[in-house]
Amino acid sequence: MYAKYLLAVVSLALPLAVQAALPIQHWKSNSGAEIYFVENHDLPIVDVSVNFAAGSSQDQPAKAGVAALTQGLMSLGANGQSDDQIANRLADVGANLGGDFDADRASLRLRTLSSEREKAASLAVLAAVIQSPDFPAEVLEREKARTIANLSEAETQPDSIAEKAFSAALYGSHPYALQDAITAETVSAISREDLMTFYRSHYTRNNVVVAVIGDLTHEQAEQLAEQLTSKLPEGAAMNALPPVPLPTQPNEVRIPHQAAQSHILLGYPGIKRGDPDYFPLYVGNYILGGGGFGSRLTEEVREKRGLVYSVYSYFAPLRVAGPFEIGLQTKREQTAEALKVVRETLKTFVDNGANAKELKDAKDNLIGGFALRLDSNSKVLDYLAVIGFYGLPLNFLDDYTKQVNKVTLAQIKDAFKRRIQPDKMVTVIVGATE
Amino acid sequence: MPRILALLFLPFALNALADNNIQEHKLANGLKVVVQQDHRSPVLVSQVWYRAGSMDEVNGNTGVAHALEHMMFKGTRKVPAGQFSRIIAAAGGKDNAFTSRDYTVFFQQLDKSRLDLAMKLESDRMQNLQITDAEFAKEIRVVKEERRWRTDDKPQAVVGEQFNAVAYQEHPYGRPVIGWMNDLEQMTAEDARNWYHTWYAPNNATLVVVGDVDPKQVFAMAEKYFGPLKAHKLPIRKNQIEPEQKGERRIVVKVPAKLPYLLMGYPAPSLRDAENDWEPYAIAILTGVMDGNSASRLNSDLVRRDRLAVDVSAGYDITNRGPSQIEFDATPSEGTSVADLELAMRTEIDNIKQNGITEDELQRVKAQVIAADVYGRDSMFNQALQIGTYESVGLSWRDVAQYTKKLQAVTVQQVQQVAQKYLDDDKLTIAILDPQPVDEHAPKHEGIFHVR
Repeated sequence: MYAKYLLAVVSLALPLAVQAALPIQHWKSNSGAEIYFVENHDLPIVDVSVNFAAGSSQDQPAKAGVAALTQGLMSLGANGQSDDQIANRLADVGANLGGDFDADRASLRLRTLSSEREKAASLAVLAAVIQSPDFPAEVLEREKARTIANLSEAETQPDSIAEKAFSAALYGSHPYALQDAITAETVSAISREDLMTFYRSHYTRNNVVVAVIGDLTHEQAEQLAEQLTSKLPEGAAMNALPPVPLPTQPNEVRIPHQAAQSHILLGYPGIKRGDPDYFPLYVGNYILGGGGFGSRLTEEVREKRGLVYSVYSYFAPLRVAGPFEIGLQTKREQTAEALKVVRETLKTFVDNGANAKELKDAKDNLIGGFALRLDSNSKVLDYLAVIGFYGLPLNFLDDYTKQVNKVTLAQIKDAFKRRIQPDKMVTVIVGATE
Repeated sequence: MPRILALLFLPFALNALADNNIQEHKLANGLKVVVQQDHRSPVLVSQVWYRAGSMDEVNGNTGVAHALEHMMFKGTRKVPAGQFSRIIAAAGGKDNAFTSRDYTVFFQQLDKSRLDLAMKLESDRMQNLQITDAEFAKEIRVVKEERRWRTDDKPQAVVGEQFNAVAYQEHPYGRPVIGWMNDLEQMTAEDARNWYHTWYAPNNATLVVVGDVDPKQVFAMAEKYFGPLKAHKLPIRKNQIEPEQKGERRIVVKVPAKLPYLLMGYPAPSLRDAENDWEPYAIAILTGVMDGNSASRLNSDLVRRDRLAVDVSAGYDITNRGPSQIEFDATPSEGTSVADLELAMRTEIDNIKQNGITEDELQRVKAQVIAADVYGRDSMFNQALQIGTYESVGLSWRDVAQYTKKLQAVTVQQVQQVAQKYLDDDKLTIAILDPQPVDEHAPKHEGIFHVR
């Protein structure tokens, strides 16, 4: 009976998302780091992600790849420990160390058991990796060779070719093009000094956001944050990225390839984090191509005509305008037909907007499914990191269903009309070019 | 990039305590319902597992299990084509399905109050599916696009498909789940109907529900929706046993690519008796020592120390209806020949056979297993997946809890024993990708497959 009572209390006290209320604790550490913490004792685990504005947009064109290699090498030698020693120390306590990397952000992410021995050992490794990476020269040479090998394979594969061409066409000389500007040549040019310089200027204590969820008290989370950030280099906050220029004319890139399917991408500069049009575009895109079955693109291209296995659209909000992207693959003989249907579907949507039934269905899904977005510690950690990194309001998630609910048909139509120009899209086709 | 994952560290581990939260109930028509309570969030996952996968197909009809999975969204009398997913979406849910060699699974993730909707829809399409010629004709085009995307244009996927075709000469695991293109070209709506009527029945299915639910209510609801369905007689399942391999099998696959690639496999047993088998657990530890983390033997030696490979992995699937394989794959580094890399891989394998593993290595893998056990509880979906897998391959959800315990009992001697027994040179199948230049002026249309 006692056990039963205890269990009942636990399950009453700690459901993550019952009222869509995520109790986020936020503070600034003594050293200047921003901390976002959710206390949750359901499972004996702790998840941490340490985020820096050190993504690919911070690269220099001639040495594209420095940002990615810096992040990649941090766990391959730190504080005198070799890559194998680091990996074995983590494995000995069953901890998992990983990371995320995109145009804006480089992060390291640790999952560990919350029991004292395991937690102490794995956090010690993470603290060394973040604050005392060695960037051993021979490891850099090895990783450069591996990167170049993967690049050369990617150069033959239609999906990679398409992504690269898409980035270049959409972003031109904007730093967001750098993510796909890595070549064997730029990687070869990278030295250990480049990584050290990049680390010292980007992995600074004024430039770090720590997200934590799990079996810790507030006090323990404070200690953890100090342990992970107090020895970071000093440094100024990052310079702001320039705005993304909008296309003045359509740009169609066709790259011949012998693959069975053509890979097709269409895009336009989309939205930034905290964009005032975020919710109308987000709900509208669910209807256009974000909602899978039932979305217009899937209905027109797959369900009615059987032209594809997958067709989708999304907005990827970043610090400045991330891409709005539509993607599909179809048998090469059907390239023109599929592209025509996609273009017509997009144009019809931008011109006329959605209908009332579609809007209701979209809201029902996005609001009704809200709890599914927060049903695990790892999902919550992702949200914490994004909220912290982009400085979104702490009530962003609490407010989410309200904001979705407020979106009107007129707002969707207006937002798409202002933000997406179907006649000025970037289009990339890898495969059939006739 | 690696085709194989060390399944040991995927969600397949669950805390023994969780046992107490799992209950089962069998309906009179044979449908088994397994419920696991997880009250951390007000949501649930519901999965219907049919014990019919590509291994139940016959030659000339490959891919029909997967094609039927697609057709399951194409309507009943009550729920017209395409509506299933829309109804779930409007309830705030997500739904999808997948087909493997061993089973076909349909799932929904929903608010905890909407389980009735999932059951209503799933019980309807368990017996009332309508497969029209028109819908089939459209959907099989989608399936062929899926094959082109998944396999035909992916060099390592082509190697994997060819590898299976050689490693298994009698067993249906030799055939691709997605089906050979020529079979897809000739497949008819009647093939799909036959498949549906043969295998889709409550007595060939398991319903798994994990989430913020009360098992008693779930069982009552299952009785209400699935109870009225009729069981039907299932075909006799013939146990197909792969004849003993009489020597190494080696193939070369020439496809447009840049890097070579090497895939090696040795036949090995799957878990049959969770209580008394020990070899499968020892093999799981063996592959964990070879490739459980980035400092495991293969990566540490071949990628980091000797720089012969840019990628290397090892894997073994313990839960199969059919046999298993211990697999290794690798991509050579610039300047390393495939032959040199093969030699290095075989040296690693011989080393384990001759010298075994160290106690340190064993303890490290065990620590990871214990942790993975706890981490697996962060995902309802993966917990359901684990229960469904065990139930569908002839084991019990009760055996899930055995997994961690049994792995903890494995000794260094046992690991060496299974290495010596199963990593037998005469049982090796090896596939080598020989990269061909990408010729942009040579459209291959249907590639290596026949155009009709």
